[in-house]
Amino acid sequence: MRLTFLNITNISTMANTIFLILVGSLVGASSGLLGSFMVLKRMSLVGDALSHVALPGMAIALTFSLNPIVGAIMALTFAVFGIWYLGEKTEVYSEALVGVFFTASLAMGILITPEPELLEALFGNIENINLFDGLVTICGSILIFFGAMKLSDRLLLGVVSEDLARSMGVKMHKVNLAYLLLVGLVVALGVKFVGTLLTGALVIVPAVAAKNMTKSVRSFQIMSSVIGVASAACGILVAQSLGVAPGPIVVLISISAFLLSLLFKN
Amino acid sequence: MTDDLLLKVTGLNVVFDGHKILEDISFDVKKDDTLAIIGPNGAGKTVLFKCILGLLPYKGKVIWASGATIGYVPQKLYVDKDVPLTVDEFLSFKEKDHLKVEEALIKVGFGSDNLHSIHRGSRLLGTKLGVLSGGELQRVLIAFAILGRPNVLLFDEPTSGVDISAEETVYSLISKLKEEEDLTIIFISHELEVVYKYAANVLCLNKEKVCFGPPRSAIDKTSLNRLYGDEVNFFKHHEHQHNG
Repeated sequence: MRLTFLNITNISTMANTIFLILVGSLVGASSGLLGSFMVLKRMSLVGDALSHVALPGMAIALTFSLNPIVGAIMALTFAVFGIWYLGEKTEVYSEALVGVFFTASLAMGILITPEPELLEALFGNIENINLFDGLVTICGSILIFFGAMKLSDRLLLGVVSEDLARSMGVKMHKVNLAYLLLVGLVVALGVKFVGTLLTGALVIVPAVAAKNMTKSVRSFQIMSSVIGVASAACGILVAQSLGVAPGPIVVLISISAFLLSLLFKN
Repeated sequence: MTDDLLLKVTGLNVVFDGHKILEDISFDVKKDDTLAIIGPNGAGKTVLFKCILGLLPYKGKVIWASGATIGYVPQKLYVDKDVPLTVDEFLSFKEKDHLKVEEALIKVGFGSDNLHSIHRGSRLLGTKLGVLSGGELQRVLIAFAILGRPNVLLFDEPTSGVDISAEETVYSLISKLKEEEDLTIIFISHELEVVYKYAANVLCLNKEKVCFGPPRSAIDKTSLNRLYGDEVNFFKHHEHQHNG
């Protein structure tokens, strides 16, 4: 009787770990992939700043007993449209606009988020991820992967020269909006995983590490995703064996990948 | 618009933040023409280019002949050395067919040997855009522009960022392409010598149209004074060189 109970516990723990690794790896892959564009577009810190925008969205979702990830996606989508619209209509740099949105959201978020949830929102807790979060992550990652691949050529041409891209009929404002929406989505997925304070690291660190080791855009994108997946999977396993929160371990593993990449930098 | 016209610009006005950048510019470009646009810094040359490419808002009319396809070579591009974008990947933004890409690179002066051995043995196609020299990058950009078979090429200062020894190569390449590909060329330049040598017509610009026509008749002392003021001596020097 006792043995059976232990087996069931073991099996469910194992299934849970596999589920967490799957979700974590998808977040790692999609943030690594989008991060490669962000590094090239010199928007490294935008992911970090945007992650704070998720906070009031999560608080409002909690108030209405909704899943926080839904609130995070809605708040980020709203902020991305706001940043994009103001960037098009005024001549303020989008980096500055992101700064305004992020500090405003952080201030509001701290005021309206109940304290226990605030800690979880700031630091994340992958162990609280439920089936719904998992499904949202799987669908979100698929969307990010196909979206990024579809936008890739136009985004990269825009990195070389926006004028050149536009002279070929590329609607850069639409491309930039679609791209920012994908960044918003990846940040929403990451917030549940490692929390608002560390989401920026998921997007940036694998990409910066990969950039040191690669000589073409294709290999850069693949390597960045691979480092994202490896950091997430190893981080979750290491955290479980040490009995600590996975978020910071995932980030520290990707930072060690970055330090290693410096050896390969040519 | 008559059959031999490729581009007709009428009454073009551009205002930024209340400042007039271009005022009432009108000119025509005939098919197979080589038009140089000259003027001092801040004369609005690049703005005019961006207007005819439809990249900036303007008042007035810019009409391209039907069937005109444009290849554009922008002014000086700075691609960081550490951006891992290869020549191959860059050119594939416009053309996925490898044979056509190699053909375009050979047309701009990379011999078929060079495609496979450049930069200490690594292939040009696998080389990062950011580590090319100014002249090489310029030729890759020209290859990018001629992919997709345009019938008009627009060059914004083709030799900016190119060292003096490569300048001549770039212009003779442009004129070779014009002959071989049956292209109309519009280029911005600040070098009068080049304008006399390569352009069939010149548009002198200093916020407004100062002169237009074949260089030897359009550029005179009055127009140069309106363009460059005291720098008119510069003109005499070059005229002397060409007459001599």
